[in-house]
Amino acid sequence: MSAAVRADGLHVVRGGVTVLPGLSCEVATASVTGLLGPSGSGKSTFLRAVVGVQRVAGGTVEVLGAPAGSSTLRRRVGYMTQAPSVYGDLTVEENLRFFARVLALPRDAVARAIADVSLESFTGRVVNTLSGGQRARVSLATALLGSPDLLVLDEPTVGLDPVLRRDLWELFHRIAERGATLLVSSHVMDEADRCDALLLLRDGKLLAQATPAELRGRTGVEQLDEAFLRLVEAAE
Amino acid sequence: MSPRVTAAVARRVLEQLRRDPRTIALIIAVPCVLEFLLQQLFGRNSPVFQKVGAPLLGLFPFIAMFLVTSITMLRERTTGTLERLMTLPLAKVDLLAGYGIAFALVAVVQATLVSILAFGLLGLNVAGPEWLVVLLAVANAVLGSTLGLFVSAFAQTEFQAVQFMPAVVFPQLLLCGLFVARDEMATWMRVVSAFFPLTYAYDALARTASDDLGARFALDVAVVLGCIVLAVVLGAATLRRRTD
Repeated sequence: MSAAVRADGLHVVRGGVTVLPGLSCEVATASVTGLLGPSGSGKSTFLRAVVGVQRVAGGTVEVLGAPAGSSTLRRRVGYMTQAPSVYGDLTVEENLRFFARVLALPRDAVARAIADVSLESFTGRVVNTLSGGQRARVSLATALLGSPDLLVLDEPTVGLDPVLRRDLWELFHRIAERGATLLVSSHVMDEADRCDALLLLRDGKLLAQATPAELRGRTGVEQLDEAFLRLVEAAE
Repeated sequence: MSPRVTAAVARRVLEQLRRDPRTIALIIAVPCVLEFLLQQLFGRNSPVFQKVGAPLLGLFPFIAMFLVTSITMLRERTTGTLERLMTLPLAKVDLLAGYGIAFALVAVVQATLVSILAFGLLGLNVAGPEWLVVLLAVANAVLGSTLGLFVSAFAQTEFQAVQFMPAVVFPQLLLCGLFVARDEMATWMRVVSAFFPLTYAYDALARTASDDLGARFALDVAVVLGCIVLAVVLGAATLRRRTD
């Protein structure tokens, strides 16, 4: 199966500092791929490059067969930024309606996205009055609108309670079963087990690209955060 | 460019404004109070009120919309919604035009209400048509919005954005001919003011007030409209899909 995302020698410099010195990796189609690494490892920068909003110094990123950021991709890629990028002074429904109108989606798409993130009882609430986790889910819902072929989610589950986190990971897998690809970043290793494939990032370099099972086999440890440590030590 | 997306942006901006009734009240009430103060200060039939009343009515939307738009756009930049929008099928012109239309509609309400007060109750008279003053006010509001969008790119914080108002607007107000006729200014000031869009906006209003709607008036209007287009082009150039 062809890759949904293919980065080749991706080189990104932000504010004079090299964030990604030359990243090459692939994200398999119709999978949930976790992008894991500590804060500051370049996860968000990579995701920004995938959705085409990051200025790139070198290398290429191909998304669904087209160069990242191509105008043809703007309907096919859903993006959730790390900080909730929704309008705080609008209600949940007004936010989603706005994004749905930009995407020329029918009205029922809004209700479906709200139901996907379990915010049905908050549709009329102004976003600024919601909790941080609820706001993040509004932001996630806007990314789900229009059932994009690729979902790029920057730390979608941070700060959520465990039940909600489990629900969202189940949702991600349901979406992948429908044939869409999800690239999900996280800085907590206990989410690694919920992914089909992992990209482990540290200091802008790819430590490993593997499934959780392969990672266990390669390092000989059961705990994935322990496996991550082994890889770091081996790389040094 | 898509009318659907432009309308979506305009509608969203108005929905945001509706959630902030205090700002709406200020946008409407402040020019009314100023117009009233001006009339009380100089007297109903004084030449000063009759000279300054119409330009104040017509220029106030420029100032108000400049401020409101530059702050709203700065918020789009700092909260990440702009980055989000740049990944969507939305042309930069759709975004700018959506803002322009939304604030033009606000300006219609603002200028109409202030006109009713000034012409109806305060005794302000213009020799030209009163509706033209309202129309010019709306054009000036759009000019203010588009300039506000453009300068918001150079502000990192809301404090900076607020300071752009006196920095960009006050020199134009001082030199536009309202305080000293441009013919009586030192040459260098007259030359500088020829490059300020507000000079033409003021001149159009002053000519409406004296019913002098000839070729110079047409030129004034053309310059104001041209500046709107220029500000949109410059504003679009400051919107980058890819950033650091």
